[in-house]
Amino acid sequence: MRHLSETILEMKGITKTFPGVKALANVNLQVKAGEIHALCGENGAGKSTLMKVLSGVYPHGTYEGDIYYQGQVCQFKDIKDSEGLGIVIIHQELALIPYLSISENIFLGNEQARRGVINWNETTVKTKELLATVGLKESPFTGVSTIGVGKQQLVEIAKALSKEVKLLILDEPTAALNEDDSENLLMLILELKKQGISSIIISHKLNEIEKIADSVTILRDGQTIKTLDMKQDEVTEDVIIKGMVGRDLTNRYPERTPELGETIFEIRNWDVYHPTQADRKMLDQINLHIRRGEVVGIAGLMGAGRTELAMSVFGKSYGKRISGQTLMHGKEVRLNNISQAIESGLAYVTEDRKHYGLILIDDIKRNISLSSLKKLSRRGVINENEEVLVAEEYRKKLNIKTPSILQKTVNLSGGNQQKVVLSKWIYAQPDILILDEPTRGIDVGAKYEIYSIINSLAAEGKGVLVISSELPEILGMCDRIYTMCEGRISGEVERKNASQELLMKLMTRSRG
Amino acid sequence: MGAISELFKKNIRQYGMIIALIFISIFFQILTDGILLKPLNVTNLILQNSYILVLAIGMVLVIITGHIDLSVGSVAAFIGALSAIMMVDMELNPVLAVVLSLLMGALVGAWQGFWVAYVKIPAFIVTLAGMLLFRGLTMIVLNGQSIAPFPKSFQKISSGFIPDVTGGGSLNVLTLIIGVILSVLVIYQEFRNRRISVKYGFEQSPVWMSVAKAAALVIVINLFTYVLAQYNGIPNILVILMVLIVIYSFVMNHMTMGRHIYALGGNEKAASLSGVKTKRVTFWVFVNMGVLAALSGLVFAARLNSATPKAGTNFELDAIAACFIGGASASGGIGTVVGAIIGGLVMGVMNNGMSLVGLGVDWQQGIKGLVLLLAVGFDIYNKSKTA
Repeated sequence: MRHLSETILEMKGITKTFPGVKALANVNLQVKAGEIHALCGENGAGKSTLMKVLSGVYPHGTYEGDIYYQGQVCQFKDIKDSEGLGIVIIHQELALIPYLSISENIFLGNEQARRGVINWNETTVKTKELLATVGLKESPFTGVSTIGVGKQQLVEIAKALSKEVKLLILDEPTAALNEDDSENLLMLILELKKQGISSIIISHKLNEIEKIADSVTILRDGQTIKTLDMKQDEVTEDVIIKGMVGRDLTNRYPERTPELGETIFEIRNWDVYHPTQADRKMLDQINLHIRRGEVVGIAGLMGAGRTELAMSVFGKSYGKRISGQTLMHGKEVRLNNISQAIESGLAYVTEDRKHYGLILIDDIKRNISLSSLKKLSRRGVINENEEVLVAEEYRKKLNIKTPSILQKTVNLSGGNQQKVVLSKWIYAQPDILILDEPTRGIDVGAKYEIYSIINSLAAEGKGVLVISSELPEILGMCDRIYTMCEGRISGEVERKNASQELLMKLMTRSRG
Repeated sequence: MGAISELFKKNIRQYGMIIALIFISIFFQILTDGILLKPLNVTNLILQNSYILVLAIGMVLVIITGHIDLSVGSVAAFIGALSAIMMVDMELNPVLAVVLSLLMGALVGAWQGFWVAYVKIPAFIVTLAGMLLFRGLTMIVLNGQSIAPFPKSFQKISSGFIPDVTGGGSLNVLTLIIGVILSVLVIYQEFRNRRISVKYGFEQSPVWMSVAKAAALVIVINLFTYVLAQYNGIPNILVILMVLIVIYSFVMNHMTMGRHIYALGGNEKAASLSGVKTKRVTFWVFVNMGVLAALSGLVFAARLNSATPKAGTNFELDAIAACFIGGASASGGIGTVVGAIIGGLVMGVMNNGMSLVGLGVDWQQGIKGLVLLLAVGFDIYNKSKTA
C-alpha cells in the first residue's frame, strides 16, 4: 500500500494565459502513483490546456507554476521531453496514419532501427507482444484504416506502452466508442493500473469515472474546484456535476409534458444498400413514424445503421439502391436530393459537426443562413441586413455565447458550435428534425440547454428524431424509442416501459 | 484612431496588398524617372495585363472552390485559333465569331467540369490533361502556322478606346465625364448604405469615416480617369474588365450563387448537407472558367492581331499567382475577385517596371517568384499570429 500514497505527479500553481484569456489560474493537480485519476470539467474549463502544459505542448516558460514528476522538477521543452520520462498523452482525435500498418504506427518516431535501417522482424515481434497486452487480435500488418475506432484506440495505447509509459493521459478516450468498446477500454486501463501504470483520464461520461477512477479533480473556469477520493468521499455523479457547473442540476433533463398530435412523418419498408459493396444490405425493411410534438429516440450500437438511416432518408445522402416510401403529413414525398428533403420539411443535424455540420472558416451568420438563403434572397441577391437580424435573433434565442455573430465558428466551443448548427436548421423551419448525437462532446451545462431547445421544438409541434449512444439521454428525452441492430429495427418501446437494461437487450438482439 | 486600426487589422490582407501595390508603383515611378505613371504607360499597363486579369477573375472562383485550372493558357490559345479560322479563313461576321468562340469556351469548360465535378477526378489532373490536349488541338487546327490579320473591328477589343464626344482636344472629355459619374455613384452608394443601416438599427460607423472613404475613392477614380484622358481615354478592354469585376464581385459577395461557392470551398460535405448542390456548382464554376479563358484568348489574339500556336503559354501560372498574391487560399474557401485583380496588378506593375528599368526576363522571372512566395508567406504568418 505504500506505493499508492506516493505522489507520481504534482502540478503546482499552474497559470497559463492566452492573449485576452486566462485559461488556467493557479491550478493544482496531484496524482498518486498507480492510481487512475479523473479530470472533470465543462468544455473550456481548462482540462486539455492543463494536459498540454504537462506534456510539453506548451513548453516551459510559456506558463507559470511548477511541475514535479517522480519527485523531480520538470521543465519540458516539447513532447519528446515528457515522453522520455514516460508521460504519454492520447488525444481525443487519434494521431494514427491511416495508410500505415499497425506496427508501423506503433513504432512511428520510435523505429526499431540501427543507423536508419529498420529491423522489421524485431518490430513485428514487439508489436505482437504489445497487441497481446492490449487484447487486440489483429495482425501487425493490418492497415489502421481498415480497423474500427475502438481498435484504433487500442493501437494508440499499444503505442504508448511501446514508449514505456508510466503516466498515461487519455483525453475523452471513449467519446467515439460504442458501449462494448468503451467497456473493453476501461477494463484495459484497470489492467494497466495493476501493472503500475498511472492514468489521468479526461471524460464527460461520469458513470465511467465512477466505475474506474480512484480520485477525481474538478476544474471550473480554469481553476481547481476540488479533488475527491472516490472511496473516502461520498462521490456521486451529482456531486461531480455540481462541482463542474457550480450549481445544483436537480434535473439533468428538463421537464416536458408531451402533447402528441397526428403522425407527420413516416418511413415504410426502407431498404438501403452499401454505397460501394453492391450486395451488402445496410438497412433492411425499416418502418418508423413520428407524431407531431413527439421526441422519438433511436438507440443502437455503433454499426447498427442509425446514421445510415438518417442520411439515406435525408436526400439519399448515403447508400445505393434505396427503396421504400417516405410520407410527410400522410402524403408520399420524394426525397431524392438534399434540397428536396429540406423543401419537404426535413432537417438533419449531423453527428460530426466539425466535418459535416459547419463551414469552420465562415462566421456564425453565414453558417446559420446557408440552408435558407432562398428565404433571404430575391432573384438570387441576398438581403444581408435581414441576414444579420436573423443571426442576432438566433444568437439570443439559443444563447450562443460569442462576442459577435461575425465570429468564425472555428473559434467557438463545442456547445456553441452545436447551437449554431441547430440555429441553421431551426431557421430552415422544418417539420421534422433528425438530431444525430446532438450532445456529443458537449459539457453538462450546454447539454441541458440543447435539451431545452429540443423540448421547445417539440412543443412548437415539430417532430424530433434523436439518435444517441448515451442511453440515459435517450431515456431522459424521448417519448418513444426505437432500437436498431444490424440494420433492422429490433424493438419499439414507450418511455414509461423503457429501461437501460431493456434497451440494451433489444439493441443486441441479432437476427435469428 | 482606434476605429481605423481595428478596421485595418480586420482587413490587413486586402489593405496590405493595396498598400504593397502603391509602394511598388511609387518605387518604380522613382526608379523610372516618372515613366511608369505616364498616361501612355498606364494605358499600356492595362492593355498588357488585361488578358491575365480576365483569367484571374475566373481562376479565383476555381481556387475558392478548392480546385485549380492549369489548362487556361492552352484553352485561350485554342479559342484564339478557332476565332482566327472563323474570322480570317471563313470570313464570318466578327460579332458572330466572338459569340461562337465564347460558346466553344463554355463547352471546353463543361468538358473539364464534367470530369472534375461528376467523375471526381482531381482538377489538377483533369486540367493538366486539358493543358496538353488543348495545346495539341491548337497546333492541329493552326497546322503549326500563325493566322493573321484579324478584321479591324475585332482588333478594336484590345486596341480601341471609347470615343471622344468633343472630338479632338488634348483631353478625352468623355473619360473625365465617366470619372465624375462614377464619383457620384460612389458617394450615393456610401450614403445609401448609411441610410439602410439606420433603417435596420445597426451600429453606425462615424460620419467622418464614410466621408473619408468616399473622398479617397473619388480622388483615386478621378486621378485615374484624368491620367487616361491625357492619352487616348479609356481603353475598350478596361470597360469590359470593369464590368466583369463589378458583376463577379457582386455575385460572389451578394448572391446565393457566390455564397454557395464559398461554402463549397470552405467545407464541401457540410455545404452539401446544407442543401448546396455541390456538383452542379463545381461544374458551373468550370464552365465559367472556360468562357473567361475564351474571352482572354480573344483579347490576346486581338492585341497581337494574330493567332499563334504558342499563344497563352504560361498564362495559367500568372493567373494562379495573381490569385494567391491577392489572398486566395490554396485549400479553398478564401479569396476575392478584387484581391485577384490587385494581385494581377502587382505582378503587372512589376513586369512593366522591371522592363522599363531594363532588367532582363531572367531577373524578372526570379523576382516574381520570390514576390509570390513572400506574399503568401506573409499571409500565412499573419494567420498563424491571429489564430
